[in-house]
Amino acid sequence: MKMSMKGIAINTFKESARNKMFYLLVFFGILFALSSKLISFLTLGDAMKVLKDTGLAAVNFFCVLIAIFTGINLVYKEIEKKTIFNILSKPVSRDQFIIGKFLGLALTMLTALAAMAGIFFLFVWMSGGGFDLKIILYFFMLFLELLVIVAISLLFSSFTTPILSFIFTVSLYLIGHIMWTFNEFKTVLRVPFWKHFMQGLYYLLPNLDKFNIKNEVVLNTAFNPWTILFSVLYALAYILALLAVTILIFRRREFQ
Amino acid sequence: MQEQSQQTMKALEIKDLKKTFRSNFLFKKYRILKGIQLSVEKGEIYGFLGPNGAGKTTTIKCILGLLFPDQGEILIDGQPAHSVTARRRIGFLPENPYFYDYLSARELLFFSASLFNLPAAIVRDRVAALIHQVGLSGYEDLKLRKFSKGMIQRLGLAQALIHDPDLLILDEPFSGLDPIGRKDLRTLILSLREQGKTIFFSSHILQDVEMMVDRVGIILNGAIRREGKLSELISRSIQYYEIVCANIAEKELAKIQPNFVCRDDQFFITLASDADINLVVESIIHNGGRIAAVNPVKMTLEDIFFNEMQPHRPATTAGGADGARTSRSEGAGRDNQ
Repeated sequence: MKMSMKGIAINTFKESARNKMFYLLVFFGILFALSSKLISFLTLGDAMKVLKDTGLAAVNFFCVLIAIFTGINLVYKEIEKKTIFNILSKPVSRDQFIIGKFLGLALTMLTALAAMAGIFFLFVWMSGGGFDLKIILYFFMLFLELLVIVAISLLFSSFTTPILSFIFTVSLYLIGHIMWTFNEFKTVLRVPFWKHFMQGLYYLLPNLDKFNIKNEVVLNTAFNPWTILFSVLYALAYILALLAVTILIFRRREFQ
Repeated sequence: MQEQSQQTMKALEIKDLKKTFRSNFLFKKYRILKGIQLSVEKGEIYGFLGPNGAGKTTTIKCILGLLFPDQGEILIDGQPAHSVTARRRIGFLPENPYFYDYLSARELLFFSASLFNLPAAIVRDRVAALIHQVGLSGYEDLKLRKFSKGMIQRLGLAQALIHDPDLLILDEPFSGLDPIGRKDLRTLILSLREQGKTIFFSSHILQDVEMMVDRVGIILNGAIRREGKLSELISRSIQYYEIVCANIAEKELAKIQPNFVCRDDQFFITLASDADINLVVESIIHNGGRIAAVNPVKMTLEDIFFNEMQPHRPATTAGGADGARTSRSEGAGRDNQ
């Protein structure tokens, strides 16, 4: 990796890691994961299943919040506060700037996820549960999803305000988890144009449900390794495509 | 031959630079730069002068690749300004610089160095030397959110120098600094010229510019109105001669030369040219007067600047601006009586 990209990535990580909001969200993530024990007491049935179910959901929710909030702000803040002048006036290309930002955000997400996952594992172990490789896989898939979300928020952050970026990113996140409805909706449409339109959207928008393996983890059912491999490739391809679009937009951008 | 062309190469050359902005809604075009043409020699301090909105910052942003010119060419030491080679030669201090306030001064300098792929050992030495050079010793580990404006400006200069650039581009480096900060910055810039650096800076604080530049370019409404060596621009422009005298009756003096004013028991006589100086001085002495001084009053940079601006100034601001140059204007006015 070029030194300049590494410098930008490390600085992005420092910026996120020194943000109080980051700590607040990590703290609440851990708190909610821990509160799953309480919920498991109040629920009938398999207590460990409930604990895992709610704990993983809490980690997921707060990691997504961190990904959206850090992603939508970072590039915008660089432009708004004009710190970007100091970077782009040096021998740093705009491509390197965007990739450096993305890598810094990825490192931030990895740290947040590792902190929450570590506490979660500890808690499961203290509650009598064993070490489960499937949960590791769950966190890995969640990390892929977070990378896609970060890439989406980075794309919007490169050309619009944080509020609009937030609305667009959250919309895509929600749509990304109900992509199966597009496929079903397509089958009931009669006009070919709308059929193709729906199909186009299905392939164009991020299918974030591909990274959701919570049911398999909680219910302890078998995985299809090919599905996992396909999801990994899908994430990589989608992230690369998003970064390419972000770079294309950013190359044309002027800084007044 | 190649060595000769290296020597004649300009540190910065801008040829026919044009830039247009469009409004967001009506797509109305605003021509901001209308064919900027200027050159900066190696090792000189070049003052890029102009009022607010003249196009100074837009020109600088075009040099740095933050804005894309519609037309024209920008060369840095013969290389296109957007090339990586050219960027390595530039150190830039933006107007009202803002740096990551969660970093310390030392961290910011290390971060800036990381963008140049400099070896770690060199960076350590340079960071320590620069912190000392800009007078921030003792504050290197303080977070930037606790820095004053003057300290930020000094740090901005340090980050611009981190890779030892040949050309420094400073956008309004004096704005917002107190007199001590301005003096320190002037001394620092002059010491950089001693080290062989070329300095190109924009400003509208003419007093500072006049004290240190070798050449100036005056930009108005997106075009260069005047460019040249400061010494030539000013020496070419003696406005009038002034004789200061005392111990003579006003009535007697009026017979010798009617163009004078009286202040604090002294008379200030204005002569349009040096042809009559001897005659007037001899007549005053003959009438018992005492000559306190004979001064050729040269045009200052401020006068040159305002003369260039005159046709472009809106009527509402003219009075205020005139107020800033009362003595020179009065003198020139008396000449014409």
